[in-house]
Amino acid sequence: MDRDTTIDVAVWREDRGDGGFHHYEVPAHDSQTVLDIVSWIQQYADPTLTYRFACRVGMCGSCAMMVNDEPRWTCRTHASKVVTGGQLKIAPLRNLPVIKDLVTDMDPFFDKWVQAEGMHHATRDRHDPIMAVDPTSNDRQEADLGIECINCAVCYAACDTVAANDAYLGPAALQRAWTLFNDQKDGAGQSILDAVSAEGGCHNCHSMGSCTQYCPNELDPMRAIAGLKRATAKSFFRGKG
Amino acid sequence: MVTLRLYMLQRVTALIMAPLTLGHIGVMIYAVQDGLTAGEILARTQGSIGWFAFYGLFVVAVAMHAAIGLRTILFEWVRLDGRGLDVVAWGIFLLLLGLGMRAVIGVTWI
Repeated sequence: MDRDTTIDVAVWREDRGDGGFHHYEVPAHDSQTVLDIVSWIQQYADPTLTYRFACRVGMCGSCAMMVNDEPRWTCRTHASKVVTGGQLKIAPLRNLPVIKDLVTDMDPFFDKWVQAEGMHHATRDRHDPIMAVDPTSNDRQEADLGIECINCAVCYAACDTVAANDAYLGPAALQRAWTLFNDQKDGAGQSILDAVSAEGGCHNCHSMGSCTQYCPNELDPMRAIAGLKRATAKSFFRGKG
Repeated sequence: MVTLRLYMLQRVTALIMAPLTLGHIGVMIYAVQDGLTAGEILARTQGSIGWFAFYGLFVVAVAMHAAIGLRTILFEWVRLDGRGLDVVAWGIFLLLLGLGMRAVIGVTWI
């Protein structure tokens, strides 16, 4: 990329509910990420810009933002991939309340993980021998499909059902529930099914697939939700609905 | 919003409607071979407990299935909620059930 060129970056600035897009001219560089652009603005143009990041290598899940109206992990999104006509638009994640500028309040997202029973339910303690788990078993392989989730909330921001239904648990929490349901070391199978069958549960999903399309780790939350629908339907016919 | 109970009810009614729809289309294709008249249809359906049960079951399934689907749309797009949502959904169910059963009785009653 030509070192003399600049990018016209529209960044959402918001404080106490009053917000709008501000434009910044940012120098373009080779191998520049969207997070690099946001950091440049904060360091060289306006130090009051608020945003969130930590690892910069796609592991911590804290830097997700709306880039040209699509949710992305900004640390691993190259500017060359998203800048069109020398312009770029950056906004806070959709479907979450804004605290300031590009920082959203993640509480609703994580509260729903807990609501979906997305925590480990131990079956043994430290005095018991370690349970042997066959890595080739169907349950384990299904669980393995979801364990690389980094809680970035990109799927949550991409989901139109979340946008239309405040109570909906969302793809990440439901995928976590499905992963634990298939984990042989987790002892709360029926509690998980009950949690994802309540109002706002997996049955609200319309299988539109935005979660799977936008997941930066190429996971498949839609598959996990379909699994929960099947498992809860079987449970229903066993009289546990 | 959709709970497990409504979700299952909508899926089960879909399973009921699928073979009934195929049966309906099959009979239509068979029936129109020699032309289609009101007299011919009524001769087949009037006084028939079988056709009353066939279309009666279909109407009940449609009324439930459509009411649950429209309930979801009203919740997500019109933001109707709580008791109001339930009242409207039940209203849609009863309206479809009433209109459908009126038609079923109209063609099966002697």
